[in-house]
Amino acid sequence: MKEEIILSGRLNDRIDPILNAWHSEIPIYLFLGGLAAGLLFFAALFFILGKEKEYSTAVKFAPFIAPLGISIGLIALLLDLTNPLYFWKLYTSFRIESPMSWGAWVLMFVTPLSMIWCLIYLKEFFGLFGEKFKKISDLIFDIKIVNLTIEIAKKQQKVIAWILLLSSVVLGVYTGILLSAFNARPLWNTSILGPLFLVSGFSTAAASIIWMAKDHKERILFSKIDLALILVELFLIVHLFMGFMASSQAQIDAANLFLGGEFTISFWLFVVILGLILPAFLETLELKGFKIPVAIPVLLVLIGGLIFRFVMVEAGQVSNYIY
Amino acid sequence: MKTSRRDFIKISSLSLGGILAINPLLNMAMDSDDNLQDDNKIKQFPTYCEVCFWKCAGWVHTKNDKIWKITGNKEDQHSNGRFCPRGTGGVGMYYDNDRLKKPLKRVEKNGKQTFVEITWDEAFNFIADKLQKIKKKYGAECVALFTHGSGGKFWGHLLKAYGSRNISAPSYSQCRGPREAGFIATYGKGIGSPEPLDIKNTKCMVLIGSHLGENMHNGQVQEMSQALEKGASLITVDPRYSTVASKSKFWLPIKPATDIALLLAWIHEIIYKEYYDKKYVEKYTYGFEDLKVHVKNFTPEWAYGKTTIKPDIIRKTAKEMSNASPSVIINPGRHVTWYGDDTQRLRCVAILNALLGSYGKKGGIYSPEKYKVPKFPSEKYIKPKRDWRQAFPGKFKLAKLALASGICDATILSAERDCSFKGWIVNGTNLITTLPNQANTLKAIKSLELLVVIDTMPTEITGYADIVLPECTYLERYDMLRVAKHRKPAIALRMPVTEPLYDSKPGWWMARELGLKMGLKEYFKYENITELLDWQLKKIGSSLEEMKKIGVKTFERKEPLFYGEDEEIEFNTNTGKIELYSTVIEEIGFDPMPKYLAHPEPEEGFYRLNYGRAPMHTFGRTANNPNLFDLMEENNLWVNPKVAKEWDLKTGQEVWLKNQDGVIGSNSIKVRVTERIRWDSVYLVHGFGSTSNKLSRAYKKGLSDSELITNIMMDPLMGGTGMRGNFVTFLLKEPKNNKL
Amino acid sequence: MRYAMVIDTKKCVGCSDCVVACQTENNVPIGYCRDWVVESLKGRYPNLEIEIRSERCNHCTNSPCVRCCPTGASHYEKGGIVKVTQNECIGCSACIQSCPYDARYTHPDGWVDKCTFCIHRVKEGLKTACVSVCPTNCMYFGDLDDENSEVSKLLIKRKFKVLAAEAGTKPNVFYLI
Ligand SMILES: Nc1nc2c(c(=O)[nH]1)N[C@H]1C(S)=C(S)[C@@H](COP(=O)(O)OP(=O)(O)OC[C@H]3O[C@@H](n4cnc5c(=O)[nH]c(N)nc54)[C@H](O)[C@@H]3O)O[C@H]1N2
Ligand SMILES: Nc1nc2c(c(=O)[nH]1)N[C@H]1C(S)=C(S)[C@@H](COP(=O)(O)OP(=O)(O)OC[C@H]3O[C@@H](n4cnc5c(=O)[nH]c(N)nc54)[C@H](O)[C@@H]3O)O[C@H]1N2
Ligand code: SF4
Ligand code: SF4
Ligand code: SF4
Ligand code: SF4
Ligand code: SF4
Ligand SMILES: [Mo]
Repeated sequence: MKEEIILSGRLNDRIDPILNAWHSEIPIYLFLGGLAAGLLFFAALFFILGKEKEYSTAVKFAPFIAPLGISIGLIALLLDLTNPLYFWKLYTSFRIESPMSWGAWVLMFVTPLSMIWCLIYLKEFFGLFGEKFKKISDLIFDIKIVNLTIEIAKKQQKVIAWILLLSSVVLGVYTGILLSAFNARPLWNTSILGPLFLVSGFSTAAASIIWMAKDHKERILFSKIDLALILVELFLIVHLFMGFMASSQAQIDAANLFLGGEFTISFWLFVVILGLILPAFLETLELKGFKIPVAIPVLLVLIGGLIFRFVMVEAGQVSNYIY
Repeated sequence: MKTSRRDFIKISSLSLGGILAINPLLNMAMDSDDNLQDDNKIKQFPTYCEVCFWKCAGWVHTKNDKIWKITGNKEDQHSNGRFCPRGTGGVGMYYDNDRLKKPLKRVEKNGKQTFVEITWDEAFNFIADKLQKIKKKYGAECVALFTHGSGGKFWGHLLKAYGSRNISAPSYSQCRGPREAGFIATYGKGIGSPEPLDIKNTKCMVLIGSHLGENMHNGQVQEMSQALEKGASLITVDPRYSTVASKSKFWLPIKPATDIALLLAWIHEIIYKEYYDKKYVEKYTYGFEDLKVHVKNFTPEWAYGKTTIKPDIIRKTAKEMSNASPSVIINPGRHVTWYGDDTQRLRCVAILNALLGSYGKKGGIYSPEKYKVPKFPSEKYIKPKRDWRQAFPGKFKLAKLALASGICDATILSAERDCSFKGWIVNGTNLITTLPNQANTLKAIKSLELLVVIDTMPTEITGYADIVLPECTYLERYDMLRVAKHRKPAIALRMPVTEPLYDSKPGWWMARELGLKMGLKEYFKYENITELLDWQLKKIGSSLEEMKKIGVKTFERKEPLFYGEDEEIEFNTNTGKIELYSTVIEEIGFDPMPKYLAHPEPEEGFYRLNYGRAPMHTFGRTANNPNLFDLMEENNLWVNPKVAKEWDLKTGQEVWLKNQDGVIGSNSIKVRVTERIRWDSVYLVHGFGSTSNKLSRAYKKGLSDSELITNIMMDPLMGGTGMRGNFVTFLLKEPKNNKL
Repeated sequence: MRYAMVIDTKKCVGCSDCVVACQTENNVPIGYCRDWVVESLKGRYPNLEIEIRSERCNHCTNSPCVRCCPTGASHYEKGGIVKVTQNECIGCSACIQSCPYDARYTHPDGWVDKCTFCIHRVKEGLKTACVSVCPTNCMYFGDLDDENSEVSKLLIKRKFKVLAAEAGTKPNVFYLI
């Protein structure tokens, strides 16, 4: 028999008996960050490709979710800080090796950029809602600086688009790297997490665009994109587990949390089957011409993506090298 | 109103302080780590520790006049500058907000008994009045003191002045009594405390049930580690894989209750293999030939049948000891009231030490010295006509001190006795959990006319008191000088660090005030204890002022630490020799040489109740201490995996225990399935499972072994209460009507 | 200079004095701890073996907690001591996640706390509180770059291990086995 016990100490709140330092705020933050990254990526991409008109939802309207999402995400992050009054310290230095620092700065960069992007389409956006927002719209466009910004932005939109394209990829990857940088948690200690979170974030973005798009062609395109992303995601997940099983005992133990362990159902049922396979199936049917209420696969993808992040954050904290 | 400039500064700096405390953004200069050593705010005061009875001397450090930490005094031989966890955690005694705060008196209100707070004056008037009545009606001898710890000096003095000599301590009859009796019978001198064992120089130490390292007697643990470092070997005899067993070269997992068989086999082996120190035995001992004949048949093979220890291990360990002789210690242990034949078991230990010539030798047992501090002048005590012994005619003749359990028994009204005890003063001992057989203790308490309890915490015993007197903790008071024996004679001072919290008071003050109320002024010819201490210290060339600075003063020895080569020594026994054959024990009608007796074993489905210490607690006295509670909240029940399998028990599962007499423990306990315990026993740490709901942390945490110790195996030689003959079985569901 | 702690598991009795001493010395709030004691038992009665270890932050040479800290609150001090500056810590818990030993915790006041190798004492030439109190004298503190230091000598003389070596953090707390 082998017995390992803590004789004394180790009773720190949120650390023992199992690590519980991050709560729901972090997965929400990661989810919204990934979603925003995807939305901005698609907007920039299709603008650069000159498809602003054809894919107007992706380029013009869906990006409006991004600054909103990022802001809520940031608030969530702020709520999870145990010393939030010092949050500004994040911006007194840049720590090149710290994903948190990267994240803070990328968001600092992307947020205003995404707002400027939205500003460009603000008039059209208000237009979507008819007379309702006329008054506010008029008020905003009376402000000189707003018009000036829009003017400059419009002139430089190509440059902005390129910067957005790149920074959104950084943001997307970052949501995964934030976890995978922590070698201390065997479950997170894998380079696949970066691409996986990126793809998953883009998939949630594609799904949102499908939902918002009125144009059939745009829907079809994003359904295809989403389908492809889901397939890549599934492929990465298989790789993730193959990697774990070929690795150290700690990582095998980590993988086992999903293979019979306490996260098996939440992962395989809610993330993989309901969040990936089922929506992929429904989207395929739709592409084949079947009538499927568009909200269903979209919601499945979004909820699946959210649960995925919850599961990864929780299970990661359970997986451990010692004891 | 005029505000002076000084006031103005005070107010504004205060409000700035307020902002600093609230707003962390302004708090930047206050990194606490860098602030710790700000010399201006740090002070230190000498003390000696009261968390157990090793009495280590140390320093109490304050930061901004608040008690911060306690460390050891480097000059002190008990601590060598290092406190044990309990001593380090002593700060928690002071900060424990469950402390007793005011004198309490039991009254009846609407047919129900409750405590009401009273003034000190009322308390003393009440007690003085009751004591005088008892004296008049039954005689002063019908009052007894139970005490443990420093305050005993003052209460003992008061009791003797009042006219009774019945001063008892469970730390004798429930603890080291048999050891003292066994050694006095052999060497004419007891072991005493702290034990004069030259552990740091030993080459081999044998621990018989003594679980050093869990039993955290500071100096001994420190020296054991030093000895290990120098390559000494340990031989540990314990049915449980104790911590020290894991450090030992030999662990002998003995069948419980059979130690005497092993000890006799060792004696046999050492004599018949001629391992013994011939010169020493010849020069200093009496009765060797008798002993040789006596142990003739106690061979290792014979012992194997009793102890389950293989003969070759018995032989090897006997050889190991003799190789180290005379630098070998057969450790006498301390809590030795196990099976009722304890004095005889400790006689074996004493004999082994003599055979190996370790008594009085380097690496063995040294001769400790104590400094003579003159007594403060006081009226002579009256000699009482009777004492506790009259209650036990012809019995327990080897008892040197009053038996706490004996006084308890003699309190219960009985037709055979012409008189019984009527009043108890209980200072710093929790008799409910300390004496075995609780029902008996409660019965005794019912027969009392007065029960006064002096304590710091609302422990079980306080709940039965007529008057509870709240003592301040040792950090808030003076006590008598610590005048302990050691390698070098030394004294230590305890002084208050702050004013006592609440309305608690030091023991010396209480005893004196009560003495004055009882008209015993001639016994308390000092206004304040500082006067007494300073008088004593000046007599020996020091002063209170000096001691406040140094805490500990060490003096040179008068005699050598060890016996010289061939030195003539007169032992304080009938024969003047170390008595392998005890003439005293023969005189009182018992075996002059120890014999093995088989003891009862558990029936099917029952397990022997084994108990011991955890290094971070002292009995129940620390159970509610916030710092130490943090280290260990409750005890667990150690169960061997085989037993666990049979009963389908899992680690962490709650069980209830029932003993051989049908007594069920009042609380549950969580199982720890572990290979560290034998399959015929279960083990738990003593001191948990408090039933006093005033202890907000300790209440109902774990299980009290005391509740389940109803079978007492009385030592006929000195009256020690053997407590290891109790057997328990598991109840997997909470029993109905489980009320004690 | 490279400060290190060497702990002799053969002498440690698991008394947890190191835990209380740290608590009082460093005002670690009740209910929290910077160090802790582990007992590890192997075998079957009566062939048993116990290893007892007093554990704490390992002041890793390659410490992920310093790397991942976004504000620089977690940093190296002279001698490689890893320390948190309280008023630069935002409490993002990244360092808690990054430590394979779970050596860090969130102080009730918000910042993240852990063993400091008693830097305030070391600066004054004292040993750490836990080392100074240990009744079995089984803990040693010193400079590994000084080959004459007690710690250097012990690591030459005795067999030792570090915890979770596979995590690659290069711990500076060593266990004699
Ligand atoms: N931390 C801490 N230290 C303490 C105390 C404390 O409360 N806490 N109390 C102090 C006091 S007052 C005392 S008296 C001492 C007591 O300390 P010891 O003298 O060491 O105490 P015991 O209770 O006799 O020893 C308990 C050990 O005896 C073993 N044992 C049980 N039955 C048998 C048996 O039949 N044969 C043998 N050979 N061994 C057996 C148990 O398994 C256990 O390991 O500790 C002192 N030190
Ligand atoms: N079942 C069982 N019974 C045992 C033992 C066992 O292991 N198991 N061990 C036996 C042994 S070895 C011994 S030595 C005895 C010890 O038993 P006790 O003599 O009862 O010793 P403690 O439990 O330390 O006594 C504690 C009481 O002293 C109080 N106290 C603490 N500090 C102070 C103070 O400064 N002033 C005053 N006035 N009171 C204070 C505490 O609050 C508590 O009520 O128990 C014996 N009884
Ligand atoms: S051994 Fe520990 S509890 Fe006992 S007096 Fe010394 S420091 Fe205090
Ligand atoms: S103080 Fe020393 S002996 Fe006690 S647990 Fe800590 S390291 Fe071990
Ligand atoms: S033990 Fe943990 S907290 Fe300490 S330096 Fe290493 S990684 Fe950082
Ligand atoms: S919690 Fe504090 S110390 Fe830890 S990484 Fe965040 S800012 Fe740095
Ligand atoms: S070195 Fe200091 S801070 Fe670290 S565990 Fe020891 S006492 Fe605590
Ligand atoms: Mo004792």
